[in-house]
Parts: sequence; structure tokens; C-alpha cells
Amino acid sequence: MSSKKNWPLWEVFIRSKAGLNHRHSGSLHAADADMALEMARDVYTRRNEGVSIWVVESNNIHASDPDAKDALFDPANDKIYRHPTFYELPDEVKHM
Amino acid sequence: MILVIAIALWAVEIYIRNHTRELMSEKDLEKIFQDKVDNEVKIEPKDWMPDAYRKTLVRQISQHAHSEVVGMLPEANWITRAPSLTRKVALLAKIQDEAGHGLYLYSACETLGVERDETIEDLHSGKAKYSSIFNYPTLTWADIGAIGWLVDGAAIMNQVPLCRCSFGPYSRAMIRVCKEESFHQRQGYSIMLKMAQGTAEQKRMAQDAINRWWWPALMMFGPNDSDSEHSAQSMKWKIKRFSNDELRQRFLDMTVPQCHLLGCEVPDPDLKFNEETGHWEMGEIDWDEFWNVVKGNGKCNRERLRARKGAYDNGEWVREAALAYAEKKRKRKAAAAA
Repeated sequence: MSSKKNWPLWEVFIRSKAGLNHRHSGSLHAADADMALEMARDVYTRRNEGVSIWVVESNNIHASDPDAKDALFDPANDKIYRHPTFYELPDEVKHM
Repeated sequence: MILVIAIALWAVEIYIRNHTRELMSEKDLEKIFQDKVDNEVKIEPKDWMPDAYRKTLVRQISQHAHSEVVGMLPEANWITRAPSLTRKVALLAKIQDEAGHGLYLYSACETLGVERDETIEDLHSGKAKYSSIFNYPTLTWADIGAIGWLVDGAAIMNQVPLCRCSFGPYSRAMIRVCKEESFHQRQGYSIMLKMAQGTAEQKRMAQDAINRWWWPALMMFGPNDSDSEHSAQSMKWKIKRFSNDELRQRFLDMTVPQCHLLGCEVPDPDLKFNEETGHWEMGEIDWDEFWNVVKGNGKCNRERLRARKGAYDNGEWVREAALAYAEKKRKRKAAAAA
């Protein structure tokens, strides 16, 4: 084994309290998933910031291309009828 | 026919959209980049950015990370000799935070495409610097108070504007660091208060620590604006928001009254309060000393680097063993599943 082989990079996601989504907190290097979880606890939750941690090896994350963002999100740009404010109703209509 | 033309135009439009980066000149890309910066839109790692911007960030973020890590050394000197259990656990927690801050920053740096090992090698070879303040020794327990109060105080002054830095990962790391760091300064000042209210000998130690840390803390803001080579460009890129002298002045105005509250003296014979401007005015910084320490001739430069290299080299077998163990576990799991 080459002595220069590095620990892989992991992305850390933390659920700050029950009922909320896990959110990306940052990244760290660790030899395996167990170590990544323990390190994530020490690096990202020293002040009770979490009730649950996910770690994912960074090379398993697939991301959209920032340069193609206009084309990618274009389909949603001209669909104002997806928003409630598109529909004008008389003031007499209540509870809607 | 019209339909065919419409489809052809549509295909061209899609192609242009998907190949924007290749089709645009460097100048156009640079303009888009600067417009984003001017409009306070954060730059993210995969966005186009000028090479010099990337290089500046790699240099600044990695040196910031090194400073956090090397900064653990002067304080670690007092863990085993802390005067009470409460002070010991607080100091341990502070030092653990510094390690964490170094890790946030190394991660932010890595998003720019540099390997962590490269940045660490640059530290060990002396190519990359760290904050010169950590090349001063911690001689008494009062130094731990002075470091928390003055050194962390100056660091916070520098770091708060970095929370709004144009580069997303750096800004996010700084927000987390600043949230955690205010405890550091308070624990330092609380040590100083205790010493300043103690016996004559303790009071003397407090004043002695202030005498030794005051000027190096003021130097932490870097050279005067007139001599600061990277400043103008960093301001334009919104990596930097305020000049060195502006931040130093703010620090001075906040810190002088805190020093007086301790009943201690500021070791600056030229210090005076300007009634008209409402600001404190300081004497001249000894820049020869500053550059001498930057160049490696401070009291502890060699010791600090030796400690960092030793930690890294002696940890190599642990890093290798952990990888080998992870590999063994993975194979076992695969064999069991087969």
C-alpha cells in the first residue's frame, strides 16, 4: 500500500432536532463510515447541534452543473399558474 | 417548414445555454463573476472564477487553517497546569474548538481543488505561513488569559467581516467559527479579571502578560494600509471588507477600556484619547519585530513547526492502519454477503 494514500472525503448532514430535515454541515476525511460518524460528532456537534448524523462519501454525490442551471431550471420559469396568487377570486370568497 | 426552423432555433438555444462557459471569452466570464460579487451573490466552488481569486483564497484559507492548528500549541502548554478543574476543562474545550476550526477551514480550502496533504506540506516546508502571534511563548497562566482576551479578540475582529466573504464555503466556515469563538474571548477575560483582582504577585503576572501580548495582538491585523500589498484586490473581490488599519482601530477602541477595567496599564507610552474623534490613538508598531517573526526568527517558530511535523509524521502509521482496517472490514462484509 502506498504510504501517501489519503482517507476519503465524506459529506456530513445533520438533523438539528426531531422533525427537521438533515442539512449539509460540511465535510471531513475518515477511513470508513464508522469513523466518519464519530468524527462528524466531534467536528460538527460540539454544542448539541444535532440529534442525528448522516455521512456520505463525497464521490457518491452527483451534482447538477452550475453552468447549465438556466436550462435545467427553465421549465419552471413560465408556469405562474402553479402559484396560488395566479387565481383571482372575488373578495367575498373566504377561507381560501 | 416554420416548425422545422423553430425546432432548429430551439436546439441552437439549448446548445448555447449548455455550453455557455466554452463559448464565452475570459473577459465575459470575468465580468459575470465581478457582477455577482458586486451584487453580493456568493461564489461557489464549481462556479467560474478568475485564477488569481482561487489562488488568493487557497493561500488565505489554508494559512487561516494552519493558524488555528498551530494556535493550539501555546495554549496546550498550560492544560496540565491549569489552576482548577473548571479552568482546565474550559481550556480543553477551547483548544478542541481550535482543532475544529482548523478542520472547517481545511475543508473549505479543499473545495477549491487542493488536497489537504498539499496544504499541510506547504506548512511543514515553510512555504505557507500561519499567524505570527503563535510564535510567542506562554510563560505564565496569565498568558492564557491574555491570549483568550487579546488574541482571540483580534481574531474575532478579523473574522466577523469574513462571514460576509464572497466565497460561499469560506463564509459558511467563518459563521460557525465566530459563533463558537465568543466563548474563547470571555473565558480569557475572566482569567484576567481573576488575576487582576488577586494577590500583588498575580496582578503583576497579569500586567506582565499584557505587556508581552499587547503589541503582537495589534500586529495581527497586518501591515499598515499603505504597505499592504494584497488589500485593494481582495477588497474588490469582497474577500476583505475592511482595511487592516480600520480593524486595528476598532480593536483598539474596544480593548483599551477593557484593559483599564482590569486596573492594568496599556504598554504604550504614546497612547492617548482624542476627544474630538472619540478614538484612541496608539504609538508606532515595531514593524521590524513583526517581519522578523514572519521570517522565522521569533522565539518559538522552530519549536512550533517541529511540533506540527512531529505530530504528522508520528501519526502516519495510525492513518495507514485505519485505512487497512477499513479495507479489511469492507472485504469481510463483502465475503459474508457473497
